[in-house]
Amino acid sequence: MNRELALRDALREAILEEMRLDENVFLMGEEVAEYDGAYKVSKGLLDEFGAKRVIDTPIAELGFAGIGVGAAMNGLRPIIEFMTWNFAVLAFDQIVNNAAKTLSQSAGQFSCPIVFRGPSGAAGQLAQQHSQTFESWMANVPGLKVISCVDPADAKGLLKSAIRDNDPVCFMESELLYGFKGLVPEGEYTVPIGLAAVRREGTDVTLVSYNKMMLVALEAADELAKEGISAEVIDLRTIRPLDYHTLVKSLKKTNRMVVIDESWPFAGVSSEVTYQMQRYAFDYLDAPVIRVNAADTSLPYAAPLVDAYMPNAAKVIKAVKEVMYVK
Amino acid sequence: MNTVVDKKKTGKGNPTSDGHPKERYLFWFELMLRIRRFEEKALMMYGQQKIRGFCHVYIGQEAVAAGIESVIRREDGIVTAYRQHGIALGRGISAKSAMAELYGKATGVVKGKGGSMHFLSAEHKYFGGNGIVGAQIPIGTGIAFAEKYKGTDNLCVTMFGDGAARQGALHESFNMAMSWKLPVLYIVENNGYAMGTSVNRTSNVVELYKMGLSYDMPSEAVDGMSPEAVHEAITRAAAHIRAGNGPYFLEIRTYRYKGHSVSDPAKYRTKEEVQSYQDRDPVKMIEVKMLDEKIATEKEIQAIKDKIKIEMEEAIDFAENSPLPHPDELYTDNYMQKDYPFIMD
Repeated sequence: MNRELALRDALREAILEEMRLDENVFLMGEEVAEYDGAYKVSKGLLDEFGAKRVIDTPIAELGFAGIGVGAAMNGLRPIIEFMTWNFAVLAFDQIVNNAAKTLSQSAGQFSCPIVFRGPSGAAGQLAQQHSQTFESWMANVPGLKVISCVDPADAKGLLKSAIRDNDPVCFMESELLYGFKGLVPEGEYTVPIGLAAVRREGTDVTLVSYNKMMLVALEAADELAKEGISAEVIDLRTIRPLDYHTLVKSLKKTNRMVVIDESWPFAGVSSEVTYQMQRYAFDYLDAPVIRVNAADTSLPYAAPLVDAYMPNAAKVIKAVKEVMYVK
Repeated sequence: MNTVVDKKKTGKGNPTSDGHPKERYLFWFELMLRIRRFEEKALMMYGQQKIRGFCHVYIGQEAVAAGIESVIRREDGIVTAYRQHGIALGRGISAKSAMAELYGKATGVVKGKGGSMHFLSAEHKYFGGNGIVGAQIPIGTGIAFAEKYKGTDNLCVTMFGDGAARQGALHESFNMAMSWKLPVLYIVENNGYAMGTSVNRTSNVVELYKMGLSYDMPSEAVDGMSPEAVHEAITRAAAHIRAGNGPYFLEIRTYRYKGHSVSDPAKYRTKEEVQSYQDRDPVKMIEVKMLDEKIATEKEIQAIKDKIKIEMEEAIDFAENSPLPHPDELYTDNYMQKDYPFIMD
C-alpha cells in the first residue's frame, strides 16, 4: 500500500525508523529539536527520542560537523543537519579534510559513518548566498558519497540507506520542495545508493536530471510529447557514485541527450555526465550532448534575474530541438 | 614496542621526595628517551632521504607525552596535530611500525598511507595525527561526545598547538563541550611559535589558558618541561572530567628545540632562548634527579638506555627491510564499500 507523503515527512520517517532500529543513530543541528527543524523535517523526534539523541546546537557549523566526525570515528552514526548546504561551506574542512579522508589516513582502521544533510539549490528570491548547489563540489571528493533527490519515496529509501551506510554521505534535499508530495510505500524498504531511475520512458531523446530540476525535466517532457517528441527522463538520485550504465543504456536507445542541472556549468554534474557519454557511448550519439545549467553567475535577487538564471522547461525544449536538429 | 609499564599508575615502591613512585620515574625516563632517540633517528634518516614529505619532530616536548600517559587509561582517546610521533609512541605504538610509516612502508602503522603527520591506531585508541591546524579540536570533542553518549567514564585528550588556539574551531568546540559537559581534556602544547610566528604576535591574549575562562572552563597553565608537573595537572583534570563535570583546559608550556619542520632553520628565535630551555631538558633533568635522589641506580638507567638503543636499531632495520605498498593499495581504504565503482578513466 502506498500513501501520499510530503518530502519532509518521508525524510522524517526515514530518520525516525533508523533511530528506532539503532541506538547509535542521533540527529544534531541547528533548530532540529525544540523548534522541530527549520523545515520541520525533525518534527516530533525530540518527543520520542529525547535530548540525548535529538540535539540542538549553537550556530557553529564547523564545530558541530567536527563533533559529528569525531563521534562517527568513535562508534556512533550521526546525522548532521545543515539548515542549508550554503551554511555547510563553513564545515567543509570537516567534511572534505576529515570525514572523507579518515578511512584512508587510518588505512581502514577508522571509518566515518555519518550523514550530512540539508537543502541544496535556489529557493526563490534568496539572492547570492542562499541559492547555491553543492552536488558537484562534494561529488569531486573521493571518500564521500552524494545523494540528491526530491521524490518522497526515493528520498525516504535513500536516506535510510545513507544512515546505514558505513561511508560518509552528503544528502541534498530541496527547500522549495519539502512540501512536494508523492506516493510512499508502507513498511520497511530502502533504495540502494548509486542507482539512477528511469522516471518516464521515451524513444527520441534522453533527459537527465536530479533534485528539483527533475520537475523541469518532466514538465519539458510533457510539452515535447504534445509536439510528438518522446523523451525518456532519468533521475540520477545519486551523484556519487554516478550510475552511468543506466544513462548509456538509455542513450543507446534514443541517441540524443540533454542534461538539466542546477549546478554551475564549470565542472558541474552535467560535465561529468557528458564526459561519460562521449567516453562510453560515442558511436551512439547522433548529436553532441547539450546541457541546461544554472547561469555561470551568482544568483541575484530580482525576479527577472532569477528567471534568467534558472533552467526551465522552455530552455530544455530549446536544447532538445537542438540535439534533434528540428526548429 | 609496547613495553610501557602499567605499574606507572599503581605506583608500587617507595615514593620519592615529590611523592611519585620509582616506577613512574622509570616510565617517564624510558618513554621520553624513546621519543628523543626516535626523533633523532627520524631526522637522520630524513637527511638521507629515506623519509620524505613534511616531518615535524617532538624533541623538547617529551615531558608532555610522558606526563599524559602516566595518568590516562588505555581506554581514553587521544587526538592531536601533526607533531605527533611522540604522542603515538606514548600510546604504545611501536617504534618499528612508526619508523616504517615514516619510510612509507607497507608495515607502517597505517600501511604507508599516512606518513609523518598521520599515525592512527584503533587498537591504541589513537585518532591521529591531523594535518589541518585545529581540525582535531572539534573531532576530539566529538570523540568525547561519543564516550558520554555510550555512558563510559573515558575521556578524550584533545591536543593542539598554540597556532591552532587561534582557530575558530577552538571556540565552537569549547562552547559546545561546556554546554554539554563533555568528557574532554583540552591541551594546548604552547611551544611559543606557530611555525615562525611567536605567540605574542598572534593575539593580545598570550596566556592561552585564559581562553578557557571565557567559557567558564577550569583552565590552568602547566610547566611542560616537567613530567611531574604535567602528571599532576593531568591527574587533577582527569578527576574533574571523570566525575562528570565536563571539560578541562591545560596550557602546557613547552618548547621545541628544532624548527617547525625539517626545512625550518628557525631564524626567528635566539640561540640563548633555545639554550634556556635545553638547560632544563626533561630527559637530562630526570636522569640527574633519579641519580641525585637515588631513585634509580646508574645500572638501571643504563639498562633503559641500552634497551632504547637496541629498539631504535631494530626499528631502522625493520623499516629498511620492509616492503613498499603494492600500487593496488591506492584503491583500498577509500570506502568501506568493497565494490565501490571508482572512475578509472
